[in-house]
Amino acid sequence: MSENKPLIEARGLTRHFELGKGQNVHAVDNVSLTVGEREIVGLVGESGSGKSTFGKTLLGLHDKTAGEVLFRGEALPGSYRSADYQRLAGHMQMIFQDPYSSLNPRMTVGEIVAEGLRLHAGVSDGMARERVAEWLGRVGLQADHMSRYPHEFSGGQRQRIGIARALILEPDFVVCDEPISALDVSVQAQVINLLGELKESMGLTLLFIAHDLSMVRYVSDRMAVMYLGSLVEVGRADELYFNPKHPYTEVLIGSNPEPDPELERSRPSTAIQGEIPSPVNVPAGCRFANRCPKVMDVCKTVTPELIPLKNIEDATSKREVACHLYA
Amino acid sequence: MSQAQDLLTVENLTVEFDTYGGVVQAVRGVDFSVSGGETLAIVGESGCGKSVTVQSLMGLIPTPPGRITRGSARLHGQEILGRSRIDGREIRGAQIGMIFQDPMTSLNPTMTIGDQIAEPLQVHKGLSRRDAAREAVRLLEMTRIPEAAKRAKQYPFEFSGGMLQRAMIAMAIACKPDILIADEPTTALDVTIQAQILDLLQDLQRETGMAIVLITHDLGVVARMADSVAVMYAGKVVERGSVDDVFYRSAHPYTLGLRAAMPSNDPAIKQNLQPIEGSPPDLFSPPPGCGYAPRCPHAMKVCCQQPEETRLSDVEGVRGHASHCWLHHEKSPNKPSELYFSDRSGKGLEIKGAEANS
Repeated sequence: MSENKPLIEARGLTRHFELGKGQNVHAVDNVSLTVGEREIVGLVGESGSGKSTFGKTLLGLHDKTAGEVLFRGEALPGSYRSADYQRLAGHMQMIFQDPYSSLNPRMTVGEIVAEGLRLHAGVSDGMARERVAEWLGRVGLQADHMSRYPHEFSGGQRQRIGIARALILEPDFVVCDEPISALDVSVQAQVINLLGELKESMGLTLLFIAHDLSMVRYVSDRMAVMYLGSLVEVGRADELYFNPKHPYTEVLIGSNPEPDPELERSRPSTAIQGEIPSPVNVPAGCRFANRCPKVMDVCKTVTPELIPLKNIEDATSKREVACHLYA
Repeated sequence: MSQAQDLLTVENLTVEFDTYGGVVQAVRGVDFSVSGGETLAIVGESGCGKSVTVQSLMGLIPTPPGRITRGSARLHGQEILGRSRIDGREIRGAQIGMIFQDPMTSLNPTMTIGDQIAEPLQVHKGLSRRDAAREAVRLLEMTRIPEAAKRAKQYPFEFSGGMLQRAMIAMAIACKPDILIADEPTTALDVTIQAQILDLLQDLQRETGMAIVLITHDLGVVARMADSVAVMYAGKVVERGSVDDVFYRSAHPYTLGLRAAMPSNDPAIKQNLQPIEGSPPDLFSPPPGCGYAPRCPHAMKVCCQQPEETRLSDVEGVRGHASHCWLHHEKSPNKPSELYFSDRSGKGLEIKGAEANS
């Protein structure tokens, strides 16, 4: 999958937030990640690890502090002007986590879904109506839902509206920021299957941000693990999930309870001490060093780079790990 | 499990709320029991009534608009529903402790953590201020909070989410309750912190012998923690039994549907997720029959007309495994093969045999 031509590429992408008094939140620090055409890359990590900020910075919703983003080989501006949004909105879109706060309660569903068409594609109102009706059908709603308001819909239906809004411009690349976290299990599967069908029929490329590890493994071709603003491991989803290399990935996946009582009884607890440290003024060395069960002296001083793993059984797997254990 | 004296028995619990839109029948006749030292998981999706069920046990239903219209809940054989505020104090906080989903909003932001833990000790155990403060530090140590004496003097905003949940647990177990009710205790936490809290709950259970009633929507957490499970849907328990029975020999189509809607953890199986189409019924006017019938792939005519009360108990030779489903009725014409012995890998069958003999 990663052999596909790259569609979007982050190179050393960095986003800091100033707190004043010379303090910076290192939300995203020097992250390089390539997403190939028609690929689904899952991005996982704990809250505060910078997954959402990375997704938004990739789309230009945050200015870049450093680094660059390439879209089909073209470097995108570090800070977007409205003309840039105009130009790129047709190529890149975002689906948000919270289907309650991401839809304007004063707009009808028809207005919400048509807004992108009006602003970016210059489609007339009559044409827009037709397209909206078509898209509501494609996401499993009905055309006559157009005149209703968001509060009349359930969480799963609202997420479908959010999907229709993002996809009506027929983008190439979509960032899905925790699209199913607010939904119940039975509804999650509906939304995941819908995204899968649309991905196939439209040839979409997705960055799928979530904290539900089992679901990300199921959805993604490749998986990337973030910790405190940095990538610690990237690899094919199944390989990374069932054979994690970075100690943090191991802990993260080991902590994820599986819906299988027998497996859970036989599995030793991998709970580790401590919590994710503050991203303000991050110390030198590996960011996971203070919690890592396999920490060495070098980890506390030298920041490990994300490098391809050598000596891996399958040479085509292209696993990358940022850990001194594998240097 | 069933031989032990039941610690808490809930029968036919029914809770309604008056709203501007009419009466919501949030809980519609819930039965379950918990024995000492056991962990019971109540699992279900949002709005199924799992939180209202435990809140009514704790006397936390705001009345009005809420009211418990029917049912009983007995702790050590004593009725605990319908007690007055003062009278109920003997139970709430003393014999039953409770922790909540969001520790940030469940604690008082203007009191130190130590004072908040000491408060129930002064109220229920009559400890002096000083002794209560000392005991609070010991409880914080028990929940593995580093530098407990220093932390006791801090306020909630100085604690992280995981640490706050530990403080909540310390408060809930302060009076050595027989039962700890944990309402989605790890839903707001990250997965590595969740693992720490779940480990802590299990360790404390081993040390104190308390029973745990765990409310969750996460089947992974259920598999990890539970001895027995009650699956709730639309205000009712649709299936209950030991964790192995419910996972490996699911007897209700809803339980089966939930499992098919989640990705399998087996890399060899890449089957598609099977969503449960539709949405739960409107509890303003619940359907006369089974609440799941409109979404159930096996629904028969009778399912939409009458609620099924048949117990699966002992039918399959498993004590305590029950399901409210017409498919298990003796006259049911179609018995789908994926129910009862849905277990495709043969797991858990020996365990069942051993239990039946004991």
